Amino acid sequence: MGPAITRDRSASETRQDALFRWMLFGSAALVLVVLGAAALSMLWGGRQAFQTFGWRFILSDEWDPVGRHFGAFVPIYGTLVSSAIAMLIAVPVSFGIALFLTEIAPNWLQAPIAAAVELLAGIPSIIYGMWGLFSFVPFMSGHVLPWINDHLGPVPWLGALFRGPPLGIGMLTAGIVLGIMVIPFISSVMRDVFRTVPASLKESAYALGSTTWEVVWKVVLPYTRSAVVGGIFLGLGRALGETMAVTFVLGNAHQLSASLLMPGNSIAATIANEFTEADSDIYLSSLIALGFLLFVVTLIVLAIARLMLSNLARREGR
Amino acid sequence: MQSTRGLILRRRTSNVVSKLLGIAATGFGLSWLIWILIVTLLNGARALSPRIFTEMTPPPGADGGLANALVGSTLMSVLGVLIGAPLGIAAGTYLAEFAERRPVWRESIRFVNDILLSAPSIVLGLFVYTVLVRQVGHFSGISGALALALIVLPVVVRTTDETLRLVPNMMREAALSLGIPRWKVTVQVLYRAALPGILTGVLLGLARITGETAPLLFTALNNQFWSPNLNGPTASVPVVIFQFAMSPYDAWHSLAWAGAFVVTMVVLVLSVGARAFLLKNRMDSNA
Repeated sequence: MGPAITRDRSASETRQDALFRWMLFGSAALVLVVLGAAALSMLWGGRQAFQTFGWRFILSDEWDPVGRHFGAFVPIYGTLVSSAIAMLIAVPVSFGIALFLTEIAPNWLQAPIAAAVELLAGIPSIIYGMWGLFSFVPFMSGHVLPWINDHLGPVPWLGALFRGPPLGIGMLTAGIVLGIMVIPFISSVMRDVFRTVPASLKESAYALGSTTWEVVWKVVLPYTRSAVVGGIFLGLGRALGETMAVTFVLGNAHQLSASLLMPGNSIAATIANEFTEADSDIYLSSLIALGFLLFVVTLIVLAIARLMLSNLARREGR
Repeated sequence: MQSTRGLILRRRTSNVVSKLLGIAATGFGLSWLIWILIVTLLNGARALSPRIFTEMTPPPGADGGLANALVGSTLMSVLGVLIGAPLGIAAGTYLAEFAERRPVWRESIRFVNDILLSAPSIVLGLFVYTVLVRQVGHFSGISGALALALIVLPVVVRTTDETLRLVPNMMREAALSLGIPRWKVTVQVLYRAALPGILTGVLLGLARITGETAPLLFTALNNQFWSPNLNGPTASVPVVIFQFAMSPYDAWHSLAWAGAFVVTMVVLVLSVGARAFLLKNRMDSNA
């Protein structure tokens, strides 16, 4: 009787184990399913726009809900330009913060400063948007943009980027807000990877008489290059898909202009602003198609980021 | 001789300049944080009144509160965590404990999860819209909660995975050697050891969806009235902030600031609290 009970019990435990394992497996597979289904469902939702307009959906700058003609060049351009401005600001600043946190700041100061910078990442996008609209836009139009108009406007070639009415709302403002938003992501990756540089490498350089800056520039940065690029791409992925803050300060204008001071549009802002107004199937389909484009681009950028970051993790584990 | 001194001077200068720039960059980054927090808290505190919590969102020009939006946000966030967190914990457990024989599969799920972690939330909202809202035919708080669950999911997967991997192998071996089945080892031994980390992940996920706006625009939409029914359009604080802040009415702006204040406080308390909680537990277990 004893062995039979044991056998029953072990059989039922094996069944429970298998069931448990399958439940966990299903949940893990769900992660893959969500990503795949999200891409496919948007491709499906946007098929009407892709079929109707073909390549013109990406290349045409005519966005006309009344005439039901949709070309997404303006939002695509806006997304790329505002993200480029964001990276121009965020990359050097993040590098400076990482430099400060790993090489300059005294030990007791490192943790609080790092926590404060991370707090920037915790502030919801909508708060950035409100602050941007009510505080930062007036500041830009009152102080920064007139100065830019006067001093950068007359410069040949580049000046065209900086001439225009100081509305405050526009590509430059959106780019700056985006830059601030991605600083914590890039700087925390940089700080983490700078810390992985073996002390013996850095100390060897110091022993040869290098200054702190030379150690960072010639030892730390080359050693962590791929992960630093990964961190930058991670920030870029965030900037491309950022929605609410950009919607507040970009102006939602479907127009192409050389000046960075003029209002523009981005993919995410277009979707957020116009989704509830979409009154025809082709309009809705165009917005979903925009979402699909955004998703594919950010997936590629984020995938590159993760690959570059995992290179370092592998080397670290060696 | 002269050139050596020049070289030293140049190297010293570039060293000092780079350090100064590093300090300046940090100051630059932190000044935005201070500016944003001061603006939000000052304007929010001015707009705050008990009415915020008792009255509904008003039509243009009238006075009112945010009660329906606060309730909608709370319900959807809680439901989102209730859906997303268990799935995330299960998936994270699979990655850390049950996938050792399929490393390729495991690493590809981790890879995809990391991507999902940074994917634009607006896209997840569109996804839920196309597969759920459009099929059902109307906006609903439930689909809003589902979109939020998709944002919680990768956060919890990652933290659960990482925390479980920190649990010493001795614990697993000791429990298994007593003949305890694996699911019981996981649930009763490993989860107990990893609880602080997992809970931190859930709190961080909650903090992340508290201010989330974009995915709700296409799923829960908005609702001007008192509506605890999650099967219909549901108001949420972030969407109300969006609508009111973009409007030309002062009374609406003021309510938007009040909402921004509440959202910011909740997010700060959750994210700082989660980290402090984790830190305290780590110290306790080290002591």
